[in-house]
Amino acid sequence: MTTATPAIPKSWYLPSKPHKFCPGCGHGIILKALGEAIDDLGIQDQTIFGCDIGCSLLAWNFFACDSTQTHHGRTNPVMVGIKRARPELICVGYMGDGGGYSIGSQHLLNSAVRNEKITVILCNNTNYGMTGGQMSPTTLPGQKTETSPYGRDPEQTGYPTMGPEFVAAVASDNAYVARATVSKYKQLKKYLKNALTNQIQGNGFSFVEVLSTCPTNWKTNAQQTWAFLEDEMEKQYPVGEFKNPFGKGDN
Amino acid sequence: MALLRIALAGEGGQGVQSIAEILAEAAYNSDKQALYIPNFGLEQRGGVSIAFIQFSDERIGAPKFNKADVVIALSDRAIPRTVDYSDQKTLYVYDSGIKISPEELPSEAKQIIGIPALDIANNELHPRVFNIIIMGAVIGLTNVVSFEAAKSALDHKLAAKFEKNPALRDLNYKALEIGKNLAEKSLKEGGALNE
Amino acid sequence: MARITEQPKKSFLTGNETVAWACLAADAEIMFGYPITPQNEVMHYWTRLAPKYDRSFLQTEDELSAGFTTCGAVQAGKKAFTATAGPGNVLMQEPFGMAEAMRLPTVAVIQQRGGPSSGTVVYSQQEVTLTTFGGNGEGHRIVYSTATHQEIYDYTIKAFNTAWKYRFPVFVLGDGYQAKMREPLELYNPEDRGIEMVKPYPLIGLGGEIGVDREPSHLCNIYSLEEELYEVVMKVSAEYESISPEIEEYEEKNCEDADIIILTHGIVSRAADDAVKALRTQGIKAGYFRPITLRPYPAKQLREAIQKSGAKKLLIAESAYGQFERLTKQEIYGETIQVEHLYMPGVGIIDHDIITKVKSIL
Repeated sequence: MTTATPAIPKSWYLPSKPHKFCPGCGHGIILKALGEAIDDLGIQDQTIFGCDIGCSLLAWNFFACDSTQTHHGRTNPVMVGIKRARPELICVGYMGDGGGYSIGSQHLLNSAVRNEKITVILCNNTNYGMTGGQMSPTTLPGQKTETSPYGRDPEQTGYPTMGPEFVAAVASDNAYVARATVSKYKQLKKYLKNALTNQIQGNGFSFVEVLSTCPTNWKTNAQQTWAFLEDEMEKQYPVGEFKNPFGKGDN
Repeated sequence: MALLRIALAGEGGQGVQSIAEILAEAAYNSDKQALYIPNFGLEQRGGVSIAFIQFSDERIGAPKFNKADVVIALSDRAIPRTVDYSDQKTLYVYDSGIKISPEELPSEAKQIIGIPALDIANNELHPRVFNIIIMGAVIGLTNVVSFEAAKSALDHKLAAKFEKNPALRDLNYKALEIGKNLAEKSLKEGGALNE
Repeated sequence: MARITEQPKKSFLTGNETVAWACLAADAEIMFGYPITPQNEVMHYWTRLAPKYDRSFLQTEDELSAGFTTCGAVQAGKKAFTATAGPGNVLMQEPFGMAEAMRLPTVAVIQQRGGPSSGTVVYSQQEVTLTTFGGNGEGHRIVYSTATHQEIYDYTIKAFNTAWKYRFPVFVLGDGYQAKMREPLELYNPEDRGIEMVKPYPLIGLGGEIGVDREPSHLCNIYSLEEELYEVVMKVSAEYESISPEIEEYEEKNCEDADIIILTHGIVSRAADDAVKALRTQGIKAGYFRPITLRPYPAKQLREAIQKSGAKKLLIAESAYGQFERLTKQEIYGETIQVEHLYMPGVGIIDHDIITKVKSIL
């Protein structure tokens, strides 16, 4: 049996490693796939990486690409501004479920409607991580968080936000919209590459939600963490491609 | 009692904030003034966890301080992060399991003490009560609260766990006592802190 | 009215938890909020306590919404409050502006953090300008700057009374240190201390049959003519000025014979208090003045303290770069005392810092 040693992506910034994400956090996996995708497509020098304020802020110096922090929920419009000013740059916005579906929802909606040629990657771990585990738009019904201590009540707070579904409903035909999961790495990387390619080809908006883990705030051990991701979360959030201008996709 | 300032630092997960909270509560229950504040900035995520506690008979002023009367450092990274809190009046304590060269220790201190808390926790008691040994050591070093008050505050905080498993109570009390004895023994070499 | 404790209860809590208990004691019915450090625990405690006391909570999509939902609940006649910090405070200026214009008794707790932008999540006194004069209005709001957990409890309860009695938005201005630290305080039911809680009343949804029992209630915040706006602003300003003496609060110690007066607010005033005591034992005649209300500012009282003492210098110490100094100077314009400052933006100030500064300027 041969064992492959995973190589550190060239587009990763070595001085900021080891990174500061918690043990068991899915961000590290997503950013690995993103780094490999950037390397495969050869766009390191043109890529602008924007991150939100939340756990994603820890990625501000993660890549050996020009990067900027923005404000909570405002990564979308900052990326739009950069892209409108300099269309040759590849703008990648990175955020969580709080920044993308709550405070940033109007920006996500409008970027999709205007078919902005940026790529948005959203890490969905069903809570506000950095601020200590409050309920978020993607918290599951019955799930306990710091602001739903007795379990999320959909009567009072609505049902979980189906992000890629709502983006796909308003996006143009040449947009790319998908949902991946950190438990299926090859698929995650493929979707990220498709998303970036959509921007490189100048087609339109691209959006990938990635189901991810947060054992720190879920207060779960390794086994429970993975079970929640693969069993509970995937049941609520189907994985696949919702809009794919490159072909039939695998949805 | 005059103002006593303690800085406690270690890695996330070592239980630094827990023992700081229990000590502050024990002092408060003994009708002393107590003020406890954790370092809660972004540096805490993946960084060193520090607790700042002050005890006094009088109303306590600002929640932060530049120099501590007692510093307790529980990990490699906690030492460089806390050396600046030490001046010639400070009792600087570190876990003797930490491999450290003399230049890394504070240049100014009243006394520098290493106590083998981690070693004893791992080999004689249980790794989980490492922080309780440290709590006992703080009491041994400063007499900031009575041993009884500390046991009572510990009982209060861990009531649910003790109810499920009464053997835990004995383990924790033992850890507290061992820590106190360790500290008193170390102090004998250099003289007491609170006259 | 719910009683939160039978006897006055000595407690050892964080500032955020204290806020939640105070709002319960004040009969606040609903909280609207959004996560931002360092005030999150106000929500954590409120959501756990709310069902037991039949109160409500909604985590909104952002701070704009948290502010506007608070405005709506207040218009409907319920005691509502929110809490925020930093960039959240910036966003809330839009709804607070509406509250000023429409005379809505909102209550907001601000736990200052480093700024500008995301700054730090820790501490500062850098939201003074924002909280006192934010938005596109004339600062017709009331701001209490607390220094202890007992004050957080007392003034949060008072905030609801001040808001509903005078109908201006009221703020309790704390900071990250106060939010996260634990210290002793006493919880009590306001009625046990002779504090009567002002009853809320609706501005809309007034009941009865429209056209028969009453005319409809039409609330607005925009006017067609300049002259209309002029009348409104002048009238509200006059009212604000006339009630200010009833609301202003301050603390003054050792100013009668002071050579130097140390001026601070919020938690920095504890360090100033210790500094003045220490300086006096060293033979330096230092005085202490602390506005508790930043709006309305106790300007007359500060002028009196300066004039009575004949002090040569006024030292302003703040964890910001001049926000408290500018606020003060506009209030005491004309005083000829020399103003010195100790600016430590985003950083805690201890007695030693103030003592060293005083010695360097005397």
